[in-house]
Order: sequence, then structure tokens, then C-alpha cells
Amino acid sequence: MDLENQKRVKEIAEENGPENVVVILGAAEGEAAGLAAETVTAGDPTYAGPLAGVQLGLGVYHICESEIKDEVDADVYDEQISMMEMVLDVDDIASEMSSIREQFCKYM
Amino acid sequence: MSGYAVIKGASYTLAITPDMVLHNGTTQTTEMVVNPDSEYLKELPNHLRSYEEAVAYMPNQVFIGNRTSEELGAVEFPWYDKPVENAQREGRFGDIMPQDEFLGLLQICDVFDLVVLEKEFAAGVQAKLRNNKVISDEMVAILDKNKDDSETIKKLVEEEHSEPLYNNNVLVGAVKRAHDVDVNLSAHVMLENLVSKASSVYSLLHLIKVTGVNPAEVDYVIDCCEEACGDMNQRGGGNFAKAAAEVAGLVNATGSDTRGFCAGPAHALLSAASLVKAGTFKTVVVTAGGCTAKLGMNGKDHVKKGMPILEDAVAGFSVLISADDGVNPQIRTDIVGRHTVGTGSAPQNVISSLVTESLDRVGMKITDIDKFSPEMQNPDITKPAGAGDVPEANFKMIAALGVKRGEIERAGINDFIKKHGLTGWAPTQGHIPSGVPYLGQMRDEMLAGKTNTAMIIGKGSLFLGRMTNLFDGASFVVQANDKKGANGEDAGFDESKVKSMIGEAMRAFAEGLLNQ
Amino acid sequence: MAILNGKKVVIIGDRDGIPGPAIEECVKTAGAEVVFSSTECFV
Repeated sequence: MDLENQKRVKEIAEENGPENVVVILGAAEGEAAGLAAETVTAGDPTYAGPLAGVQLGLGVYHICESEIKDEVDADVYDEQISMMEMVLDVDDIASEMSSIREQFCKYM
Repeated sequence: MSGYAVIKGASYTLAITPDMVLHNGTTQTTEMVVNPDSEYLKELPNHLRSYEEAVAYMPNQVFIGNRTSEELGAVEFPWYDKPVENAQREGRFGDIMPQDEFLGLLQICDVFDLVVLEKEFAAGVQAKLRNNKVISDEMVAILDKNKDDSETIKKLVEEEHSEPLYNNNVLVGAVKRAHDVDVNLSAHVMLENLVSKASSVYSLLHLIKVTGVNPAEVDYVIDCCEEACGDMNQRGGGNFAKAAAEVAGLVNATGSDTRGFCAGPAHALLSAASLVKAGTFKTVVVTAGGCTAKLGMNGKDHVKKGMPILEDAVAGFSVLISADDGVNPQIRTDIVGRHTVGTGSAPQNVISSLVTESLDRVGMKITDIDKFSPEMQNPDITKPAGAGDVPEANFKMIAALGVKRGEIERAGINDFIKKHGLTGWAPTQGHIPSGVPYLGQMRDEMLAGKTNTAMIIGKGSLFLGRMTNLFDGASFVVQANDKKGANGEDAGFDESKVKSMIGEAMRAFAEGLLNQ
Repeated sequence: MAILNGKKVVIIGDRDGIPGPAIEECVKTAGAEVVFSSTECFV
């Protein structure tokens, strides 16, 4: 995850309390999604950024996961996201995300 | 009525620069700052390829035109362990240059005595450059000025803020800063800009060779790389175009730079085509060099997976656009897609704005375009780095839009991709893969009657510059020449036609008078 | 219990997946307050 983005996530979690913050990802692939999710929960696995070694444990989801889709207005979702459901491997992304949450999320 | 502007040819060049991966690629330079003792930096040098390996790398052979995208698509992943047998550095569209020659070219392109080469290294490079068909004797003679030994070079780097130049891990040169105070003229910036200029120049020299164009016939050059040259009072003042045109001997050209992040080439080609179609200029060249910053960009994932570093090349390309000659592929400046301020970022809107809005205006369907050429990044590089297969993702998006519009069956997506898509091959050098790598192969296919229409699509992440959150993109259709347009002499042709029509009318009038 | 409603949301979008602004439009409808949105680009 971009170093600047890591910095902002850390600040926002500190300012608002981690239990009040949720991260939503738009990654194109399961691997990239998993990497970003791990960064905001267990810490930057590449040890490159401000979240290296920092375990925020934040709630993190991908916008294409059904739990999130269900909470979003259907028309807006259709307009903004639906086409990509035919492009992205949503199952792969969802399984990566569940796995990370199971292991590292503190606030669920 | 003038015809459409045509694409008379394209050139593609690579400079294999393994030492620059470690010393200039930002993934590596950033790591040196945040994590200087990292395993990655220690492991990286063991993953750098030799020049010969890089030449034999099939995607590179496709880039310079010795293989086609289809041939590459028939090879199973990964590609890096399947070298092309008897691979040649020279290609139909260009050349793959080794690092030492490129350092020589860097000095050839430097007119401010900023590039310094160790004298024996320089002599060795001169000998090699004498065999390079596009490097003239005058250019080689520029390297005569190198009198410094390695101690002096070392001093420049350690005491005078110069950027080191390495070859096979040996310090062989340096790039001096151009100003003691101005950070925009630091050695780092000068190196980046000279690399961009040199790789653009190399592709220009090859464009001349590939197309046989008389350099004196080029009227205008547009550079579309992603670098900025200037000083503290005008940080992005620019004109890489003219700087490169000078070295390439385009004596009757001026030029300017067009910037649009990765969509730069698409914007530049649109401008070039429009300039020619309007008759403003007759022959325009679009060019761009590559960059050192993106070298080894995905290196961490490659090293982690035991792969070689595949992002070890600085790329360049040039395209020759001229007046309709009844032969070459025409740029349909009336079928142009734009991602506008109001388009928004929803993927559906982005793809519509770039692909279907322009097709709708002329009553064409997605399936009427034989080949789409969006971002042609090499998937051998991007897949192991978790960034997927970018060309394929683009084709999937176009197909998905087609499904939403009822033009394609959902079950037909994969067939659409096979028929209308291409296997990616271009190095991850930002603007380089964006639409343009296909132009050379496309022209061959169109001249052979194999392909009739293609859409070139460029996309740019403007938000990276923090001036806007907007995305950007531009597209245009290219077609095999329909032989309906007039040729370059159309002004003269029309004039004589009009004169003869007036003559006819006056004769008829005179006869009428006589008959009264 | 709703995941998004009443929460402070940080969006990390992807140019090749779903970009930030598109995600923002969606999560707003679920009652989330977007405090930061970014789109990353890997190619």
C-alpha cells in the first residue's frame, strides 16, 4: 500500500478510535486485496511503510463482497460497480478477504 | 477535401540497463531510505539478467517486431524461462541496446558537458557504437572528450553531488548537476531527463531507418513521455521534442511536449493526426523515451518469487504520421473517445466514454472493431506482482460493457477477448504500453489485409500528480486505408480541378454569348 | 449489526479495480462517513 495512504490510515485510526473505522478496498486482484487488508490489520508485510509492525486490526472489506453489496443502494451499486463483477474474480477476492479478517481483525 | 492522416511507420527500442535498476529505480531507491538493510536489496543483484537474456526474452522480441503478439500468446506462462532461440538485437521496428552503448548515447545527447565517462570505458563504448547502424561517426566522436580516470569520477560522485553511472557494478561515469542550488537541475533530475531524451532519440533514429523517411521532411515533433525538464523558474518548461529532434537530425522540425500521464501518447497521436489532416503540417512525428524510475518497479514480488528482474529496460517509441497517401492506415479523427471532466470514475462510465460513445456516433458496434489496443503491459511482469493481466482486464471490461449493451452474450466474453484482444508484451514503462505498442504490428496487418479496424486507447492516472482526482483517457480508431482520401498534393489537385471547372464554365458562357 | 452505517470509512481504491470515487458513491448510501479516499495505481 502506498506509504502516504498507510500514514493516513494510521492517523485516522488514532484520531477516531480503530473500532469506529472501516477500510473499504477496490483492489483488482485477490492477492492485491489480501496485501492491502493485511497492511491495515496485521501491519505492512513489506515493512516499507508507517504501518510496518503496526497491528491496527481494522475492519476491512472489498467493495465487491456480498456483505458490503447488501448494505449499498442497489441502483447506485449497479451504476458504479456491476460491470466489474464480470471482470474481477470476486470469489477469489472474497476468500482472500475473509481469511485476513479471520486472522487479524480485532473489531468485528 | 483532404483525407485522413496516416501512420507511415513506428519504431520501438529498448536499452537494457540492469545497473540502473538498483541505483535509479524508485522501488529500490525508496527501500534504500526506509529499509537500507533489507533482504530485498541484498538479493536483488542476484536476480539481474544479462543483456543476452534480455534480448532473448520473447516479450522484448515482440516489442521490437521480431515476433507477434499472437506468437507470444501461444507460449505458456511464465515467459522468462523460455528464451527465443537465436534472438537478434535488431528487429523489424527497432533495436535492443546494451547498457554500455546506452551510456555512450547518454553522453551523445548531453550538450552541457554533464555526462562524464571514464576514459577507457568510453573508448570501449566508441568501438561498439561504430558498429551501430544508426549512430553516426560525428556522434561517436563526441566521446573523444573523455579524459577522466575512475578516481576523478569517484570524486565527482562523493564530493560534488554527481549521480553515479555503473556498468556491471563498476563505476564508469557520472552525471553532474547542472546548478549548485537549483534542485530542478540536480544530477538526479539531469540523469532522468537525459535517459528520457536518449531513449527517445534512439527510437527517432530507428524510425528514420524503419520508414526510410528523409529527416529533413519532418515538420513537427511531439514528445509524450512523463518527465519534466526546466529549472526553478519554469520547472516543466519542457521541449524534450525539440531537444531530441536536434540530435536525430530533424533540421526542419520544431516541436513541443504533450503530457497526460500514461494517456500522453494517445493525446499526442490525436494532435499529430489533426495537425496533418488540417494541413498545418505535412509530416509529424510522435515520440517518447522511457524512464529510470520505473525500473524494477515490481522487483520485490519478482525476487520474492525467485524470478529474474524483468523490468530492466528503458523503452522508447516513435511514430511517423503524414498526409493520406492512399496506402497506409488512416487515423479516424472523427471516431475519437474522451474521458471528460464529467465522465466520473465508475468503470462502466470510463469504458463507455473511451469505447462506445464514439462508436455510437458513427453507428458502429464494439464488435466492428477488429482489434482493441488499450494498455499492453506484459503480464509476465504484472501477474506475479498481484497486478493481474492488464490487457486482458481491459478486454474483459470492454466485453462486459458489450454484454450490458446487449451486443455480446455473457458466455461469449472469452471468445471476444480471443478475437478482438491481444496478448500483452510491453515493458511497464508507464506511457509506453498505453495503446502504442501495437501500431507497428497493426500497420503490417492492415497492409496485408488481415485487420481492418483497430481502436487505440490511452488511459492516465492524473490523480497521481495531486492536481485532480480525475482519471483521464483518449481513444481513436485506425482503419486500413479506404483509398477514398486525396493524397498530400490535394491542395494542388483541387486547385487544378477547380481551375478546369472555371475554364469550362467560362467557355460555356462565352459560347452562350457567341450564340446570342 | 451494519458494517458501514455510522462508521468512519477509509477508501483505498484501485485504478484497475474499483476507483475511490466509485466506492465513495456506494458507501455513502449505506450511511458511512467517508473520511479519506484514495485511488492507487500499480502499472
